[in-house]
Amino acid sequence: MDRSEIESRLNGLLVSELGLDESKIRPDARFEEDLEVDSLGVVELLMALEDEFGVQIPDEEAENIGTVGQAVDLVANKLAG
Amino acid sequence: MGSGAERRRVVVTGLGTINPLGHTVDDTWKAALAGTSGVDRITAFDPSRLATQIAAEVKDFDPEDHFERKDARRMDRFTQLFMVATAQALQDAGIAFDPADPDARRAGVVIGAGIGGMLTFVEGIDTLRERGPSRINPLTIPKLISNMGAGMASIEFNLYGPTNCTVTACSASANAIGDAAEIIRRGAADVMVAGGSEAVICEFAVGSFNSSKALSTNNDDPQGASRPFDLNRDGFVLGEGAATLILEERERALARGADIHAELIGYGMSADAYHITLPRPGGAGAAAAMVAAMEDAGIEPAEVDYINAHGTSTSANDATETAAIKLALGDRAGSVAISSTKSMTGHLLGGAGAMEAVFSILAINRSTLPPTINYQTPDPECDLDYVPNTPREADVSTVMSNSFGFGGHNVALVFRAA
Repeated sequence: MDRSEIESRLNGLLVSELGLDESKIRPDARFEEDLEVDSLGVVELLMALEDEFGVQIPDEEAENIGTVGQAVDLVANKLAG
Repeated sequence: MGSGAERRRVVVTGLGTINPLGHTVDDTWKAALAGTSGVDRITAFDPSRLATQIAAEVKDFDPEDHFERKDARRMDRFTQLFMVATAQALQDAGIAFDPADPDARRAGVVIGAGIGGMLTFVEGIDTLRERGPSRINPLTIPKLISNMGAGMASIEFNLYGPTNCTVTACSASANAIGDAAEIIRRGAADVMVAGGSEAVICEFAVGSFNSSKALSTNNDDPQGASRPFDLNRDGFVLGEGAATLILEERERALARGADIHAELIGYGMSADAYHITLPRPGGAGAAAAMVAAMEDAGIEPAEVDYINAHGTSTSANDATETAAIKLALGDRAGSVAISSTKSMTGHLLGGAGAMEAVFSILAINRSTLPPTINYQTPDPECDLDYVPNTPREADVSTVMSNSFGFGGHNVALVFRAA
């Protein structure tokens, strides 16, 4: 799966699972500050990512996800690893 | 007025509702005067496995008409409905608090919910069974807890004062209104949002009520299924919906020139102390609540012009409530007008008390009594004036609204023309 496909599926999740406004979703958008995703929303997102991409994201790795781009990186690394 | 002229008085300055008859107060009233039934075959899920396949659903409700999508999905349906009713009521009252407004510190909210977020609960249990505990949505608990309507309303409408939740089954929102009024009376707040909501139309709830033999199984005639006080009643019809009242300290309302819909003059409670679901035979428990409400209001039975009955359409309730009204009102029982709007709305459970408070206040303001529809065959045990089938014009000054709940909770509210 290439990076652009990961990005587009992740963006789809942000809209369908978190109800975010698609126009605000950019690689450098910060979940907390720019997208107003709170701690419960982050948990929802992680669960959706795990389901969508069939990966496991331990809590300590989840803490490093601050932006949309970082989430794409994490998933890409998991799928590559 | 109980303790005398010093007591702070509580008036109603706003009303809102979304229920099986309509999405606004005016639409609901119009439908009620037309004798409309909100009952039909269940559409929320496939009911074909159930003994009861009918309910009174809120029709054509799309949460995204009222909320941002990301906000809507964080609320259980019962909270969504409560927020819709509350927004209407605040608008009707002409009240909107800014976060910096000192008055917002003197404003609070009490919600009544008989059950709470059962739809969310069931969804969570399904996930647990099918996919394991790690897949349970993190919003599950915040969505399902019964108080969240009050929490959300305080967040959305900047209500920084007293907040609470009553969970007394089918009397929950009558308790919410009464308790909110007490908060104003004792001086802890000047404005209280008070109401109730319920939305549990799912296979689990209907199946559970079926097991306890509480529901009508009149699937062939949904509109005729809720028939309070009629000899051939066979149980209540599950409904859903929300209603909200804005309660306000009278001097404050007068000072700002608010449109006062009515005054809440009496609140009475009692317990049957008898059985988990059945009313105490003879009606002494329910009568005690009505008497307590009249004493709180400082009125005599002869002053009661109309009673909005609990009137569930179960065999036990309607006969017992009739007996209770006779005990509480004595000679007045034979001439007071009584109706059950549950004949049209179905039973909103925790939302019922607030829904029926709205009908009670509209009866005062619009000089018309809403009917008990489907009343065809008199029951010797139910021999009072139930305003059968068609609305009645009447000069109404003082009304009582009854609400009773599983567990033996009895609540009566008394409203008077402003």
